[in-house]
This record gives sequence, structure tokens and C-alpha cells, in this order.
Amino acid sequence: MLCCICKEKNATVHLTQITGDKMQKVDLCEECARSKGVNDQTGFSLADLLLGLGASQELESTGGLETRCPKCGFTHSDFKKSGRLGCSECYVTFAEGLGGLLKSMHKGTRHIGKVPESLRTRRDLTEQLSTLQKKLNKAIETENFELAAVLRDEIRQLNSRLASANA
Amino acid sequence: MNLDKFLIPASESVRRKGPNDRIVMSSRVRLARNIKDAAFPGWAKKPERVRVLEIIRPAVEGLSEMKDGFSETMDNLTALEKQILVERHLISREHAAKSAGSGLVINPEETLAVMINEEDHLRMQALRPGLQIRQAWQALDRLDSELEQKLDYAFSNDLGYLTACPTNLGTGIRVSAMLHLPGLVLAEQINPIIQSVNKLGLAVRGLYGEGTEALGNVFQVSNQMTLGETETSIVERLEKVLAQIIEHEENARASLLEKKPKMVFNHIGRAYGILANAHCISSKETMNLLSLLRLGVEIGLFPKTDGALVDELFILTQPAHLQKTHSEKLSAEERDLLRADMLRERLKPVSRPVAKPGNSTASGLDKSDKS
Repeated sequence: MLCCICKEKNATVHLTQITGDKMQKVDLCEECARSKGVNDQTGFSLADLLLGLGASQELESTGGLETRCPKCGFTHSDFKKSGRLGCSECYVTFAEGLGGLLKSMHKGTRHIGKVPESLRTRRDLTEQLSTLQKKLNKAIETENFELAAVLRDEIRQLNSRLASANA
Repeated sequence: MNLDKFLIPASESVRRKGPNDRIVMSSRVRLARNIKDAAFPGWAKKPERVRVLEIIRPAVEGLSEMKDGFSETMDNLTALEKQILVERHLISREHAAKSAGSGLVINPEETLAVMINEEDHLRMQALRPGLQIRQAWQALDRLDSELEQKLDYAFSNDLGYLTACPTNLGTGIRVSAMLHLPGLVLAEQINPIIQSVNKLGLAVRGLYGEGTEALGNVFQVSNQMTLGETETSIVERLEKVLAQIIEHEENARASLLEKKPKMVFNHIGRAYGILANAHCISSKETMNLLSLLRLGVEIGLFPKTDGALVDELFILTQPAHLQKTHSEKLSAEERDLLRADMLRERLKPVSRPVAKPGNSTASGLDKSDKS
């Protein structure tokens, strides 16, 4: 494979770059990689390399300079160095800056795939509960107390199931 | 546990068959998972990594699929053993660099491999010979569903499975196939194919995944995006693209044999000549030439040769596998000599390629040769 810049030497550095919704593979020889700053440890951001140019700035632009994950102590400059986050809580800490990043690298920004069974149960129960609660409110409004009593029992039952699912 | 005794011998593992395995050497699906309340491996300090390993390892070992499997911590494996696992595609190069606080569990069939504390707490993969990404996904989905009952995964309703790198967020899935595409390379059609595959949001990589070059005309195609799409639709999209690449490769081979048979036979004949007669040969040259030999077997130039031999040599001539057969540490030059010895010996029963394949329409000179 030839270097795609000088088209002379063999490519030994291989990068995949994502810019907007476009993905580009770059194969560089060592010299061109150095001249582009890829091998320069100090002047180069791995986050930019991994996640597309401008990724590190994007995270930086939110929350001021010293945003630190309260859970693991990770900062955005750590992100800039490694292109990776510190812990699962970091997704909350750096949520604002990550939004644009995720948009540019993925098909969507909301997960629509697999959900762990236990969470699925919890989510389903929560949804059922909110529907029942609405029905109950309506029943009380219309003074249908017989129905309200039935609904109240159902809600009680679901609540205890939810409590055991959370345990 | 002794890794050498555990691993299926190369001569056996190359005999496993799968659909379309002339072109698709193997299919793989991996899932990235992390547990709650622990920093990701790259940020966690050693005691935390050890703690996570001690939670996850027994959970994985206890899975029914992992019964009688291989389980070890990375600090208990030698550099050579780790490299062998990389050459067998059972662990990543990144994982081979890990030591205390990281671990590995493999099932006896070598179809499931779980890396603990690689980039994420869990990197599980399912492997199948040939084109079987759907089957690999189903197997891994089952493993994951069993494991989620024992471990508390880091999961968000909006973002899905939370991973160390945002590129894996959501499903945490990477679906990939390893393709042998000598036809497209010889026909000089590989670059436009790679470009159009890239445009579809899929990545094309070399033999050992991320950041590696394509050796032996072997390419890895995989999905890039993991969020905002279901696992099934990712699998289906890759299946569609793979079907097209397979068709292009078949077409490239057929048209080369029709239009430039001499060019193809020349490459294959020279590859055979060097492999069967060299006294010093690098791993890279070996792979590139074995690729041509494999093509030769497939188009009928070596009617009496079993293609499995070529695939076996593909594994056995790699540095760590070669080193394994010798007790003293070999230098790169010594390996090149021993590699050549092994190739000459193993290719002795393989007779020279026939002038043209018996059942092919290929005949005459290349059109370009006539001028």
C-alpha cells in the first residue's frame, strides 16, 4: 500500500478519519505522517485522530476548562490525550460536548438496539404504571370510584413488582 | 493451564468449513460491555482493574458455553503465547500488550473468546468459518444475555451500552468478515471497492484489524457506526455489502482468467517457485505468495492439492508459530531461514502448477501480450 500523500513510499501509518458524515481512510508513510504531526506526541491529539478533527475542541467548548468527572476525576484534557472516557459517569459529565460528536460519528444519537432484560422489565413496568396512573386520575375525576379502586390495586401490585425488579 | 495443549492444532482448525469460505475466511462479531461503578480499564488504577477482573472472570467462566474452556490472566501468559493468540485472531494486539489486571476466557471450540479489561471491561467475540455473521451474532447475543444476569452492565436508556470510546457507544457491536480478495487486487479494482465500501460507513482494514496493512490480500470489512441502529440492521447491512464484494471478487477472477490468463498463471507459478525453493523468506512475502497459491488451488492449477494445506501454512509461518517449534529464541533472520525450510518441506508433495486449469475456459495468450 502506497502513502496517499507522497504516493512513493510504503504506507506504514493507517488512519480512519471521520469528518461530518464522511469517513476517510488515510494511509501514510512514516515521513508524511511525521510532517502531518501524527507521530508528534506533544502537538497531536489522539482524540482528533480517533474521532475526527475538532473533536477535542468540541468537548472543550462546554463547561469551561476544568470540568472534572465527579466520579472518576477524568478531565477533558485527558479525553484530548486518549480519545477515550474515564468511566460510564463521564457520559453524563461531558454530555453537552459529546452530543455533536456522537451526531457526526453515528447514525443517530439515541440507542435503539438491545436492552438488558432487567432494564427492559423495569422500563415496561414504569410505562404501564404511568398509563394506569392516568386512568386512575380520570376515574377519580369522573367519580368512577369502583374502577378507581381496581386501578389502585393494580398500581399497588405493579409498584411492588417494580421494587423487586430494582432490588 | 497449558495454552499449547488447549489450542486446536492449525492443521485441524483450517479444515473447518463455512459458506463461501473460498472468499470469506472467517466471520466475527464482538460486543463491548462495561460494568457499573468502575472506571474504564484505560483510566482505572491497577487495584481497580484487578477488582473488576475478579468480578468478571468467574462470571464468564461459569457460563455454560465456557465449560472446559481456557481461562487465564494476562500476566500468566508469556509474550510468545500472547503473540500466538494474536496470530490465531483470538485476542487483539492491544490485549496482547496487557498484563496483570486483564484476562482471557476461550471456549474449547475456539468460537467464543472473551477479553477482560482490554479497552472496555468486556470485549466478547464470536467467530465462525466462512460467511456466518448472523450465526455469530446469535451466538454472542445468547452469551451476552446469559452474562447480563450475573453482571451489572453500564447502560443508559438514551445512549445504550456505555463504552470507553464513544465510537463504540450504543450497541457496542462490531461485525466483521475477513476476506481473501486476490482477484480484485490483481485486477486493480480493490481501491475503488474499498472507497465505495467506506462511503457506506463501513471500514476496510488489514489482517490484524485496526491500523494494520493488508497482507496476503486479506481485508477485514466491518461496521463503523454503533449508535442509532439495531444490531440486526447492522448485521443485515454488512451481509448485503459482503454479498456484493463476493460477487465482485468472483467476477474479477473470471474476467482475469478470460482476458489475462497468462498474467494470473505467471503470478501463481512464480509464487509456487519461490515458496517451494526459497532458502530465506520473510513473513510478509510468505503471506503474499501463499495468497496466490491459494488462488491457484481454487482455480484448479494444483489439482491434487488440498487448499487446507495453504491455510495451515498461512498460520504456521507467522513469527510466533514458527518460534513455538524451537526452544531457543530466534532472530528475525533465523526465522526467515526456518520459514523457508518449513515451506520447502511442506510443499514437497505439491507438484508444479499445471499449464492451465482443466475445466476452465482460459486459454491462449493475454490480449496485452499479443501486441
